[in-house]
Amino acid sequence: MSRLLDTGREDASRRDWQHILHLDAVLLISLLAISAMGLFVLYSAAGQSQDLLVRQLVRLSIAFGAMALVAQLRPQWLWRWSPWLYGVGLLLLVAVLIAGDVGKGAQRWLDFGFVRFQPSEMMKLAVPMMIAWYLSDKRLPANGLQLLVAGSLIALPVLLIAMQPDLGTSLLIGSAGFFVLFLAGLSWRLLGGLTVLAAAAAPLLWHFMHDYQRQRVLTFMNPEHDPLGAGYHIIQSKIAIGSGGVFGKGWLNGTQAHLEFLPERTTDFIFAVLGEEFGLVGIAVLLVTYALIIIRSLHIATNAQDTYGRLLGGSLAMTFFIYIIVNTGMVTGLLPVVGLPLPMVSYGGTSMVTLMAGFGILMSLQTHRKLLTS
Amino acid sequence: MSDRITLKDYLFESRLFMQRAIQALIFATLLIAILMGRLVYLQVLAHEHYITLADDNRIKILPLPPNRGLIFDRNGLILADNLPSYRLEITPEQIHDMDGTVEQLGRLVNIRDVDLKRFRKLRHSTPGFKPVPLRFHLSDEEVARFAINRHKFPGVDIVAGLSRHYPHGPLAAHALGYVGRVDERDLQRINASDYSGTTHIGKVGVEKTYEDTLHGEVGFSQVETNAEGRVLRTLVRTPPVPGKNLYLTLDAELQHAAEQALGEHTGAVIAIDPDNGDVLAFVSLPSYDPNLFVNGIDTETYQALRNDPEQPLFNRALRGQYPPGSTIKPFVGLGGLEQGTTTTHAHTFCPGFYQLPGQPRKYRDWKRGGHGTVDMRDSIAQSCDVYFYDLALSMGIDNLHSYLSQFGFGTRTGIDISGELPGLLPSRQWKRAAHGQVWFPGETLIAGIGQGFMLTTPIQLASGTATLARQGQRLKPHIVDATQPYDDPELSPLAVEKVLDVPVTDPEHWSAVIDAMREVVHGARGTARKVGLDAIYEIAGKTGTAQVFGLKEEEEYEAENLARKLHDHSLFVAFAPVDKPRIAIAVIVEHGGSGSAVAAPIARTILDQYLSKPAS
Repeated sequence: MSRLLDTGREDASRRDWQHILHLDAVLLISLLAISAMGLFVLYSAAGQSQDLLVRQLVRLSIAFGAMALVAQLRPQWLWRWSPWLYGVGLLLLVAVLIAGDVGKGAQRWLDFGFVRFQPSEMMKLAVPMMIAWYLSDKRLPANGLQLLVAGSLIALPVLLIAMQPDLGTSLLIGSAGFFVLFLAGLSWRLLGGLTVLAAAAAPLLWHFMHDYQRQRVLTFMNPEHDPLGAGYHIIQSKIAIGSGGVFGKGWLNGTQAHLEFLPERTTDFIFAVLGEEFGLVGIAVLLVTYALIIIRSLHIATNAQDTYGRLLGGSLAMTFFIYIIVNTGMVTGLLPVVGLPLPMVSYGGTSMVTLMAGFGILMSLQTHRKLLTS
Repeated sequence: MSDRITLKDYLFESRLFMQRAIQALIFATLLIAILMGRLVYLQVLAHEHYITLADDNRIKILPLPPNRGLIFDRNGLILADNLPSYRLEITPEQIHDMDGTVEQLGRLVNIRDVDLKRFRKLRHSTPGFKPVPLRFHLSDEEVARFAINRHKFPGVDIVAGLSRHYPHGPLAAHALGYVGRVDERDLQRINASDYSGTTHIGKVGVEKTYEDTLHGEVGFSQVETNAEGRVLRTLVRTPPVPGKNLYLTLDAELQHAAEQALGEHTGAVIAIDPDNGDVLAFVSLPSYDPNLFVNGIDTETYQALRNDPEQPLFNRALRGQYPPGSTIKPFVGLGGLEQGTTTTHAHTFCPGFYQLPGQPRKYRDWKRGGHGTVDMRDSIAQSCDVYFYDLALSMGIDNLHSYLSQFGFGTRTGIDISGELPGLLPSRQWKRAAHGQVWFPGETLIAGIGQGFMLTTPIQLASGTATLARQGQRLKPHIVDATQPYDDPELSPLAVEKVLDVPVTDPEHWSAVIDAMREVVHGARGTARKVGLDAIYEIAGKTGTAQVFGLKEEEEYEAENLARKLHDHSLFVAFAPVDKPRIAIAVIVEHGGSGSAVAAPIARTILDQYLSKPAS
């Protein structure tokens, strides 16, 4: 294999702590900053529960630990493991459909007795890794047949997860795969064609949706039509954000959040608590930090030394963006209610670990670079 | 590597990626810009609008809890009722001196330590503007006393509600179960929003199994409140849907008779209608008063129940696992006939003990001198152990296991009350897995008389006897007969579930065994002949005396010398009338002694009670 040469020599000038620990300072500091902001908002959203705060801290530590661990892995190892990870993940997804645990009406968990595991989480990383691996030795932009293969590799897990049903995760995984293809030079003409096709397939999709999913779409179209039921979330979160104004009502002073008008306020709708208590300014600070992370991630991707690293890194950066835009879009009433957390801020554990493992990959790409012997 | 790779243009690909990354960034920036636009609209342009809405957001959604369905017996006698009750609630936000207020309240109403503890716990987890209950079930006098002094207690209210009440107290408590306050564990298995406003949930028994049916659907009212949270007017009201009523298969009269018949003994009685699997009586004694649990039991009472050596909270009918003793013999005998191991005419000589070839150990018969020459009919009627040692050995443990399992021994019957235990029907595989040992022939012998490893629950014995009475047709025993929506006088019966029938090789075999069981009660030498003396109907039964305590070969069982907990269990299974069975019954009296002396007369009393009434 002529890619990622092991004969590369480490650049002596880069032998600072970042390269020794295989961490990236910009990413690390921004992520820590967001986690800290998140803890403040969570403390308020949870009615000043220290209990919840401690649990979130534990989860954050685990997530950062996972990041640091993954960052130690060499990119060529990741490359080598990609198809295996993907294959195992796919098998586990099938296993979940057959023997999974039902949580909140959806089958997502595999129970091994000592640990419960959500294979769809693993696929958030395995799918972009697989597509990047598949395209890594192809001449880019990929030809029709290659696109078809890559498309199927994405569609398979996406459909399996949608069947659980977990629309939010399947959307994320679909876009992770899509971004690999896009970054690999998917032609705009084809992209346009696919968009038209998707629009045409929408009625078909509607047919296969669960009742609660249809309800969400209908409610999105007109939240006011069901103010007591599903529309309640969106109306209340808009009131929370809108009443926050430019500077917010101040930490711990959000009436919406504390009077329990705002549902799911520690998890999916925590952005509304931020908006209410810290106002437009607080949101801007958060979004700028997020933007910093995305730009830094894309920068790392462009500097990666091979196609695999570039595609994977770029896809991870854009998936992170999708997380943010889908959650904030949902909370501000721009998008339908899809159950996705606000990264690093929402209370909850599993997805955070995966997310941070993704940043571990980016850090690995950044810090394991070697200079090619010329 | 392939040619294609050498054709890869790294510079081009790198540039292509750079181009795409920039496009992706533009895409992201565009969406972020839209988001920022939206936020500016919400937080700057429409800020006034939303701040007004937030201030006006005194429109609250109040849950309206549904009334819990009632529970009746098969004749419409009420077993679980809802009674109006008053509770005292405090809204912490409106109280300045909580300790003082509670202390003053304590002079008007009785506040126990449990109440205080629960109040403090709930207060922690409830926002301050929400009322927290301090006392449930106020007496009329307490309500009146508080009403007079109400003006002194702003922020304290008396709220009317319904509270579960079991008018018959301990009667059938182990079948009914009880409701208790929703706790953390319950919250994990229910949808919290369905229970907003509901304070109680089924904890055990039918109350738990049929929780979904009994609970109903929560309703909501949208109310406008002032800044302090007082309701000004109701805007919209979605009424709750009350839970469905349950009609049990239980016959309260028979249940009462059975509990009376068992008296001071500890044990269990199950009576089943063989025609449909209806559980007519479900007795586990001692029982307890389920009303104690409804509004929180105090620690001392609970500890007393927990530590009572007779274990009143233990559901013996469902979870008591006893050696079946000789009550297993009709099933073993039938297996021997059906599998062709023996015939109704085959004879065995019983000298009072049995020896495996080449082994010195004597397996004793309960009758010292032996039964002489006996066939199947004699052996069931007189409960000859030696005959069944011999038969079990000829059948072998594998055949014995496979035949008995068809009657449901060793597996849960699936009755609609949760917590059932499976008993134990031993096999080679089981022994290897559980003890890591091979199966010994001696263990087959004692399995043939229902001793050794074998364990059965009272519900299994009754269900097996019902299957015998129905000549192999096996129905799942069930205790809920029908449900009834609150607005509909019509009952909707639940379907009777069939289980895989026991195959019939020759109906004559079944008749022979049933006839032998008739002989137990009505024959001149039957072990239960005393209870059949003046019966106006025919009973097919089998006595059993289950050893709790293993005796050495030469030891004599002398009840006086043994502690009560080592005394034998007394068992009796029966169905009647023989020609057209209407009831199948299993009676287990813990440490009662012999089956014929204790369990059989109890069963007779219950059968009389049921059969004295014409079939419905």
